[in-house]
Amino acid sequence: MTEPINMTIRLTGITKSFGEFRANDAVSLLVHPGTIHALVGENGAGKSTLSNILYGLLQPDAGTLEINGRPVTFDSPRQSIEAGIGMVHQHFMLIPTLTVAENIILGGEPAPLFAPLSRKRVHREILELSRRHGMELDPDAPVSTLSVGEQQRVEILKVLHRNARLLILDEPTAVLSPPETERLFTALRSLAAEGRSVLLVTHKLDEVLEVSDEVSVMRKGKLAGTMPTREATKGSLARLMVGRDVLLRTDNPPQQAGKAVLSVEGLGYVTPDGRAKLNDLNLRVHAGEVYGIAGVEGNGQRELFSLLWGTYDHSARVSGNISVEGVSLIGLHPAGIADIGVSMIPEDRLGCAIVPEFGIEENLLFGRHRERTFHKGVGFDREKVRRETKRLIGAYDIRFSGKLNPPISSLSGGNQQKLVLARELERPGIRLLLLAQPTRGVDIGAIELIHKRIIEARGRGMAILLVSSELEELIALSTRIGCIFEGRIRHEFSEEAVRNGRDHASGFEKEIGLHIT
Amino acid sequence: MQPVVTLLSLLLALAAGSAIIAATGNDPSEVFQRMLRSTFGSGYGFGQVLFRSTTLVLTGLAVALPFRVRLFNVGAEGQLLMGSFAAALCGVFLPATTHPALAVPATIFVAMAAGSFWALTAGVLKVRFGVNEVISTIMLNFIAQAITGYLLTNFFAVPSTVHTAAMAPGSNLPGLDALFGLSWHSPANFSTLLVIGISASAALLLFRSRYGYTMIAAGLNPEAARHAGIATNSRILGSLAIGGALAGLGAANLVLGYKHWFEAGMTSGAGFMGIAVALLAGAHPIWILMSALLFGWLDYGGLTVNTMVPKEVFMIVQAVTILAIISFPALPGMRRRG
Repeated sequence: MTEPINMTIRLTGITKSFGEFRANDAVSLLVHPGTIHALVGENGAGKSTLSNILYGLLQPDAGTLEINGRPVTFDSPRQSIEAGIGMVHQHFMLIPTLTVAENIILGGEPAPLFAPLSRKRVHREILELSRRHGMELDPDAPVSTLSVGEQQRVEILKVLHRNARLLILDEPTAVLSPPETERLFTALRSLAAEGRSVLLVTHKLDEVLEVSDEVSVMRKGKLAGTMPTREATKGSLARLMVGRDVLLRTDNPPQQAGKAVLSVEGLGYVTPDGRAKLNDLNLRVHAGEVYGIAGVEGNGQRELFSLLWGTYDHSARVSGNISVEGVSLIGLHPAGIADIGVSMIPEDRLGCAIVPEFGIEENLLFGRHRERTFHKGVGFDREKVRRETKRLIGAYDIRFSGKLNPPISSLSGGNQQKLVLARELERPGIRLLLLAQPTRGVDIGAIELIHKRIIEARGRGMAILLVSSELEELIALSTRIGCIFEGRIRHEFSEEAVRNGRDHASGFEKEIGLHIT
Repeated sequence: MQPVVTLLSLLLALAAGSAIIAATGNDPSEVFQRMLRSTFGSGYGFGQVLFRSTTLVLTGLAVALPFRVRLFNVGAEGQLLMGSFAAALCGVFLPATTHPALAVPATIFVAMAAGSFWALTAGVLKVRFGVNEVISTIMLNFIAQAITGYLLTNFFAVPSTVHTAAMAPGSNLPGLDALFGLSWHSPANFSTLLVIGISASAALLLFRSRYGYTMIAAGLNPEAARHAGIATNSRILGSLAIGGALAGLGAANLVLGYKHWFEAGMTSGAGFMGIAVALLAGAHPIWILMSALLFGWLDYGGLTVNTMVPKEVFMIVQAVTILAIISFPALPGMRRRG
């Protein structure tokens, strides 16, 4: 407590390998006190490895760490916490049944096991800390009653209460709505103004430009560059991240929409334990149209997709109707829904879309194994599958090294997603695509291609229902946008509104934000 | 990776076995030599090994097929018992003059149906009520033991014996001696040839058919399989039905090919040993042939040196092999990075 709040962290020549793979290669980084330092890079660029080294979860093979000029080594997070480093993980580590205050004390109790805890003092400290940084919270509220944004505040207060002078935040905005993101940034600025430093690990370039003072870009384990944020532009950062020029927004030419393909009327969904997840939800998706659903996670998107694809809990109460060109989907199973020309790309790629142990060819068949053209006798026409795989690998620029048919788990997230996209978009007779988080965990280079292929599919007259937590992506791809809130479409932006909004994206994002919170 | 684990496990088990043999005051190399001589060195011994391995191939497959759908079928013993009992009864009730072309398929069908039914009971409990199949198959083993025991002693046993009457002669399978003009005088019979075909078919089913593809997919990633339109519950039932039928088919070897009746204790734990056979083979139908041969050899070979070392030593060797196979991949150095 007596140490000054100012802390300069210097990493020099940090190298860390996993087997053959160099996750960090001679990375040097300097974080000044009182600044927000953004660390950006694609998936697998080494951001997480570096922050885990800083937090003591991993030990570097080479390189040094210095705090205020003194060399330090961390064998475990305990030591880094004592040194004044705090980490807010992307997935919260809170106990829902305990209160805010209890969660904050947990793990940081005064040393003797049976020493009395002064709850009053802790309460006072929490209130004081939270007010000072604009993160108001009731210390007595059980964590289970808090919103995602509030839970994140608990995580931040937890590390502040342990007197962290460097806060590492790993993709903190992934789960937040735009207004919550604004509040977080206000809090971060207030922390920096106090002299603390913040290391913001992210892949969202807009946020980097908005909130950070300095930015470091990582590419393939190496530090590609560090610069003051005011000298950076989105284009220059993207170029550093990918190593080449990238098109940040796909061309989205206007297109005349056709007849309605998907109609959802008065859809309601009540879970078996009685929670209403969807409530009189109405929407229509036309041929040649991308209908984007904007919303904070947990407002019914997942339930809507599970109903559309027939994977919902059949003991739940469902009301209303879903139909594809007049055929009702309610009660059908995925195979039956696929048969009427619907295809689905789920948000959880590893868990729901592929079999990681299978090769590329077997994964290409996955879900399409019922198609006659791939059949031969009681098995598959391997030769045909191989030819089709080869064709799609070319058409979708799926990259992998070495073997002919490697397990798909050896491909990068972006290439896995390209394969899933290829498989679903190339289904014969597909009329409707259900598309959830198409670029989650996908690198910028692959995003470009995925967006292009989606717009092309729309051009061929496919109806596409898109759910994405990235507003930028929704605005770039959607023909119309529906804002989902507490299980219903609360507001719908017309084609014209979306087209106009595309020209002033940040203002439009704020406008969407108003309708989803 | 997998072959290395298997090999290491076998070596470890062999070392452990040797150590125990040495501890009993015998020379391990002498014991193993004697085992080899009395099994591969004589027609009778070799026939015994084949006979025992044949049942193990089937019970091994009964464990391996559901294993591919992430089910642990511990109930091959019960399924084998039910199959054997049903087959024997069927044979007993067939008219003595029934032609083999009818009697053999009929008894085999009844054996497979009974085993299949017993395994499906566990399947239905799982799909319908979410009962863990490990628990239900263990319980079903007890029930099968009790039912067959009760029916045998109270209704079907020939007085003052523990076996049923002999089946109609038409349902007997020829021994290997008769088939190939040998004079091994061993219990090995036509079933041995049958199971080679069965193993090959199981491999084709798993790795070459669409049904096998969906089975394996449902086992590796059930949630994704559901999204891909694969009815995972039907694969659970299907794999158990096939597995149970194969365990029941063990009756072809034990009853049709050898005893020609049902006898208390005739399965002698072959169902349980099937678990070990399947695990050692990595649930691969072709490797199961090898692994069943190894366990069949240990089983009969252990008997032949019973005068020098207790048979229990070889049970320990079998168990250590399995423990090693399960534990090795969990060792830090053996784990591949995710």
